[in-house]
Amino acid sequence: MIVDFSFLSLVIWLPIIGGLMVLINGDNNWTRPLSLLVSVVTFIVSLFLYIGFDLDTHQMQFVEQVSWIASYDINYHLGIDGFSLPLIILTAFSTIIVVVAGWEVIQHRVSQYMAAFLIMEGLMIAVFTALDAVLFYVFFEAMLIPLFLVIGIWGGPNRVYATIKFFLYTFFGSVFLLIALLYLNHVVGSFSILDYQNASLTMQEQTWLFLAFLIAFAVKVPMWPVHTWLPDAHVEAPTGGSVILAAITLKIGGYGLLRFALPIAPDASMALDWLVISLSLIAVVYIGFVALAQSDLKKLIAYSSIAHMGFVTLGLFIVFRIFANSASGSGAVLAIEGAVIQMISHGFIAAAMFLCVGVLYDRMHTREISAYGGVINTMPMFAGFAVFFAMANAGLPGTSGFVGEFMVILAAFQANFWFAFLAATTLILGAAYSLWMIKRVIFGEVTNDKVSALTDINRREFMMLASLAGIVLVIGIWPAPLIDILHSSVEHLLTQVSQSKL
Amino acid sequence: MMFEVINMSFALPEIFMMVMACIILLAVAYSGKNSGTISYWLSQITLVATAVIIYQSLAVNSGLTFDGSYIKDALSDVLKLAICLVNVLVLLYSSSYLRARGLFRGEYYALAIFATLGMLIMVSSYHFLTLYLGLELLSLCLYAMVALHRDSVVATEAAMKYFILGALASGMLLYGMSIIYGATGSLAIDAIAVAIQTGGLDITVLSFGLVFLIIGIGFKFGAVPFHMWLPDVYHGAPTAVTLFIATAPKIAAFAMIIRLLVEGLGELHQHWQGMLIILAVLSMIIGNVVAIAQTNLKRMLAYSTISHVGFLLLGVLSGSSEGYAASMFYVLVYSLTTLGGFGMIILMSRQGFEADNIDDYRGLSERSPWFAFMMLILMFSMAGIPPMVGFYAKLAVIKSVISVDLISVAIIAVLMSVVGAYYYLRMIKVMYFDAPVEQHKIQAPKDMCIMLSSNALLILGLGIFPGSLMAVCSSVFS
Repeated sequence: MIVDFSFLSLVIWLPIIGGLMVLINGDNNWTRPLSLLVSVVTFIVSLFLYIGFDLDTHQMQFVEQVSWIASYDINYHLGIDGFSLPLIILTAFSTIIVVVAGWEVIQHRVSQYMAAFLIMEGLMIAVFTALDAVLFYVFFEAMLIPLFLVIGIWGGPNRVYATIKFFLYTFFGSVFLLIALLYLNHVVGSFSILDYQNASLTMQEQTWLFLAFLIAFAVKVPMWPVHTWLPDAHVEAPTGGSVILAAITLKIGGYGLLRFALPIAPDASMALDWLVISLSLIAVVYIGFVALAQSDLKKLIAYSSIAHMGFVTLGLFIVFRIFANSASGSGAVLAIEGAVIQMISHGFIAAAMFLCVGVLYDRMHTREISAYGGVINTMPMFAGFAVFFAMANAGLPGTSGFVGEFMVILAAFQANFWFAFLAATTLILGAAYSLWMIKRVIFGEVTNDKVSALTDINRREFMMLASLAGIVLVIGIWPAPLIDILHSSVEHLLTQVSQSKL
Repeated sequence: MMFEVINMSFALPEIFMMVMACIILLAVAYSGKNSGTISYWLSQITLVATAVIIYQSLAVNSGLTFDGSYIKDALSDVLKLAICLVNVLVLLYSSSYLRARGLFRGEYYALAIFATLGMLIMVSSYHFLTLYLGLELLSLCLYAMVALHRDSVVATEAAMKYFILGALASGMLLYGMSIIYGATGSLAIDAIAVAIQTGGLDITVLSFGLVFLIIGIGFKFGAVPFHMWLPDVYHGAPTAVTLFIATAPKIAAFAMIIRLLVEGLGELHQHWQGMLIILAVLSMIIGNVVAIAQTNLKRMLAYSTISHVGFLLLGVLSGSSEGYAASMFYVLVYSLTTLGGFGMIILMSRQGFEADNIDDYRGLSERSPWFAFMMLILMFSMAGIPPMVGFYAKLAVIKSVISVDLISVAIIAVLMSVVGAYYYLRMIKVMYFDAPVEQHKIQAPKDMCIMLSSNALLILGLGIFPGSLMAVCSSVFS
């Protein structure tokens, strides 16, 4: 095992320092290659994490611990387990895609754009690795700054409203997280997240803590009814911003629930699981219908993201009902693994969908579905990808979209038939809004001159979409390696949540 | 009869500064046209030399002198050092502003040095009388400085308001002190603490005196509901003077609150805690909410100061040494950030252009990406977003109120910081997302550009490594 070398610090600080270098270098011919180099090297380093990762333990790996603020006993404490590793690799990969996607499209303040994404990459990876509560919070908040600027500077016409709404919404949620973390410090006497997880808390304390975590992370996920910032932010964000929002920042919400809410407040999670389950089912069903009604491509995908993230929260919180119904707990493993796989898979599919919209938008400068029609006639290669990703979004077997949803639905049957029934409506709704959009945009007659003047994707766009398509297929056909990474951590989480702290 | 030898060395920085202040006065009187330049450099030398003297005496044991009315301890050392260093930057930033407006004369510097002397005396006082003398020396200088721009109507109005309300507040403070004296029979802070500890005093009289002390403190800090002077003075005074008022005097006011409430009336903690909660909560709410409505940057920063005062009081009201350390960290961070904020206004301004409207900063990131970035750091720090040091200041004070189970106060505090984030974000929006209207090049002296940049970068740097400053603050109260 490669543990002596500080791989985690490297994978965090490499993109941040690289981003600063890009920023200092300014706008010239080197900006883009340098950014690509930094993102690719980071990705390669993140793969080393996978190689060195020990699948048989739930313990934190690659641990680094250095005293940071001694007077408050706050440490620079990093470590990863099976939940963090796939998300780190996803982050590193998405950043490459973002750099490539902005290659020709971004002509205004290129170095700042690239630097913002590289710095954000480092901060997001740090969120997934931080084991100290203050460290986690620092990165969790710091991440907002580059995204705020990205949407505000390179966004659409209504960008200022969207970005301030995004910032204030998430900031509002996260201040409750801060209170919860400080309160836990008061009880436990340390800032270590692992100590928090072992703290014994009364039911009242757990309930308040759980609600604080829920507000913080529900805004991030986002869950109905605190989702309204997401469609605005997505619509106004540049393509790269949408990709990162959909692929990573939403996942931080799910990750936070896994890392904080469930293990720290298991009894409150059990008592209040009805709340999360109902919000998740509302997200799946109601937001599914809302997506159907959208006339803007990006809004449609944004709503579909919310519906898909509903599966994640559903999968995480049906475990208590499964425990109540059966002693074996095998269904619970399925539920949590399904939820995490859904997070990863949605990261790739949503990123791909937003890239597809970006490809169209760069050519037509509109996101209105009605402005398109018959794109397949002029862009056959692009149409192939778009149809594939829409199928994956709808959960077609053989794509990664199927695996997570299927596992969660299967587990939901062990919890309650009606949960499974409602969750399964996504198979119809998801197919409906994805395929109907494809029908209106891609197929049919060429509706106007602009569409007939379209040119097909170039090599850069092809590489980008093809690599995503490859990953979606691989996870869909052979998810075993991903499940292996998760397995020990999932088992450990389930022992944590099944033991009452009262 | 026994005569105690007075240990002058404990007051060496003040004595030195006093002598230098007199020299500056003489120099101003005889130097004619060059009075500005000469007094500027003399003042800087004074401040730096005083800082060196304080630094040299760090290792010396703490103790009382002048019959127990003067103290040298870790708190006084650190705060005095901070006051001197902050004022070095204040004078540096303000020189170009004063030059452009014909105010670059000896008066400003003489007053500034006397005001600094007042602050040092406040920090070291261990006796109600010494404290009051220091406070008045500081306040009188500040009143005059606000009125320095004699032709300006707003400045004169601000000075009048400041003077009348300030005199009233000093009266309240003095009244409170005399009531406490009546109850305890002493003006020395340690004797008062002992008297209260021994018990048997009339608690009604004591709490009556306490209320007046808190009114006085509240006024000097600018805590709601004693904040009315603050936006007018900040707005009306020349920016160079606002810069002076907004930074170091807050550090001195922090010393005052520690000496009076914690060291003197620490036994009455349960009585003053409730009062401070009211002041803190109101300050956070009014400061942050009203700041949203401001279009003038100086007024906005004034209301933001009010809200910062609310946060600062959180640490003190927690009544734990951890809380005092947190407040101290907060006040130091606050001064550093405010220094940058008003420094930036001075940097942007030029002759005939004050750069104090928020709209003047439209599209700054196109005109000057570097200084827009510096301002971004300052704004995020004030909003309390990591990785800027302002976050750790908020973290520390909120942690201290949570440790004493005042969760609801902590929740109000964080909610108000969300409200506060809005107007800081709006400033960033103006700089980064709007198109520029103002086309002038930024003209500022090199030294100022360098120092202001290091000021802002220090805020970022301390945000990444806040440990050492926090350790200093904790060590003072441990």
